[in-house]
Amino acid sequence: MSTEDTLLYLDGVSVSFDGFRALNRLSLVIEPGEMRAIIGPNGAGKTTMMDVITGKTRPDTGTILFEGRTDLTSLREPAIANLGIGRKFQRPTVFEMHTVWDNLELSLKAPRRPLKTLTYSATREDRARIEEILDITRLSPRRDRPAGSLSHGEKQWLEIGMLLAQDPKLLLVDEPVAGMTDAETEQTAHLLKDIAGKHSVIVVEHDMVFVRELGVKVTVLHEGSVLAEGSLDTVSANKQVIDVYLGR
Amino acid sequence: MLTRFFLMGLDKKAGVLLTVLAVLAVAVPVMALGTAPDSPWHLSTHTVALLGKYLCFALLALSLDLVWGFVGILSLGHAAFFTLGGYAMGMYLMRQIGSRGMYGNADLPDFMVFLNWTELPWYWHGFDQFWFAAIMVMLVPGLLAFAFGWFAFRSRVTGVYLSIITQALTFALMLAFFRNDMGFGGNNGLTDFKEILGFDIQAASTRVGLFVATVAALAVGYILASAVVASKLGKVLIAVRDAESRVRFLGYETDRYKLFAWTLSACMAGVAGALYVPQVGIINPSEFSPASSIEAVIWVAVGGRGTLAGPVLGAVLVNFGKSYFTAALPELWLFALGGLFVLVTLFLPKGILGLAAQLRDRLPARATVSAKPADQKGV
Repeated sequence: MSTEDTLLYLDGVSVSFDGFRALNRLSLVIEPGEMRAIIGPNGAGKTTMMDVITGKTRPDTGTILFEGRTDLTSLREPAIANLGIGRKFQRPTVFEMHTVWDNLELSLKAPRRPLKTLTYSATREDRARIEEILDITRLSPRRDRPAGSLSHGEKQWLEIGMLLAQDPKLLLVDEPVAGMTDAETEQTAHLLKDIAGKHSVIVVEHDMVFVRELGVKVTVLHEGSVLAEGSLDTVSANKQVIDVYLGR
Repeated sequence: MLTRFFLMGLDKKAGVLLTVLAVLAVAVPVMALGTAPDSPWHLSTHTVALLGKYLCFALLALSLDLVWGFVGILSLGHAAFFTLGGYAMGMYLMRQIGSRGMYGNADLPDFMVFLNWTELPWYWHGFDQFWFAAIMVMLVPGLLAFAFGWFAFRSRVTGVYLSIITQALTFALMLAFFRNDMGFGGNNGLTDFKEILGFDIQAASTRVGLFVATVAALAVGYILASAVVASKLGKVLIAVRDAESRVRFLGYETDRYKLFAWTLSACMAGVAGALYVPQVGIINPSEFSPASSIEAVIWVAVGGRGTLAGPVLGAVLVNFGKSYFTAALPELWLFALGGLFVLVTLFLPKGILGLAAQLRDRLPARATVSAKPADQKGV
């Protein structure tokens, strides 16, 4: 496959913090429409990988191409977000003082320049889209509540809803089910699978039950590079993977 | 379209404030000019100027609240923008003195004659025109704020570091303006004004006119700030205040948003300073002192940060207290101010307006709670 056909292409990406190699010549390819689960022990570089893709951290070396042509390593966070890369944080990060509705309205795909937002008023389509996302994330009854008053699980969903509103080509989702009940975990898996049809998704997760639920290709990270790749069953059977991660 | 934009921010709070301002704009002229000097309803020129001064401070507090309350930028140097606006107006007023100065020099202000200068420095040109000075009142603070903000926000200086830099900014300006060779009158500043737009600046009617202009500026500033805060841009600003990096990952260039609010705020502070100078009759570098900026922060905190109306109230109340204390118990004022700040921080984190909202919520709590689920059934 050539580079041009990929959605996200990482090649030889390395990042060091004070001598600690968080990413070590990491290479990874995500195809358009693909959903990928990334697993790995703590300190394997999962969050750092998201940071370099979204522009929060600059890699020391390596190439990161989006849609086979745009070099992400020289762009700032807002520019990368506007290319179509959305991110959900490990700890749910919503705007607590704003209502659920306003959180979605702020995320909704629309011009991002100050003078445009100054004169913005929601169109009929915008409102319909927000209603739709409220339904998908089951937050309709909470629409006028400040996001700060939501439960932990609801905040996670709101953040996924915000990603949907952003309508990115690629979603990076960091531990979406951390702290969720089993029922919530299952619903979240359904939600992500729904999304995966129209968008590419990278999910970082610790929860093996959840990864199994997703049923997608798995990449195992270890010490900043890829240890194994394949279906969950394949990588679970991998001797190295068992040693560093699953065996613990 | 534009009307709708300006009206969208107006709520009940705004209605009360604008009504009070409208009443003041009518009552003060009537009481100052329409009553006999011995009538109990009469307002002296001194009182009118004092009220006008309070409202100038209220506009400064409003501008500070826009950045501190809604974007989370705690500026400890907002008096710098206020004072720069004041100097721009002061330069116009100096040029209006003409040959009526002590030295009778029609081309040069007195202090320049005193320094043996022979011609007007280039940056004084144009200030004999009111329209030019009126533009400079906003342009100078606005440009300084833009340049300062451009570098500070781009390099992601935030929190206490940013506060300290704003403090350093105003301190540096104070030192610079104290120097005689800067050409702004050194430590004496600019004073002995005679006329504004051809009117005698000491006359009661001029004072009333300046008061009404201040009321109008405060009303316009309030409507503008409310509209900005209620717009989607305002929601982005609040989001930046609460979780800036999240806003960046949504694709908003947060530095531009901060720069917008910061520059707008500086322009508003400049207008406040420009209205302040003709009413108090002097502008000097001590207005740049860090303490003035910190006082403004206290007004906002006392009134209620992030409420727009609160800071207006806080500025008027605290300055009223200051006028009273410095006359009755001058040695106690600073203790009172410091004590007030401590008390407000400890017990009224949302200021007077926050307290009012708390009390209001406590009383009809049941009514509002039962109204909510009914609303949701409709959707």
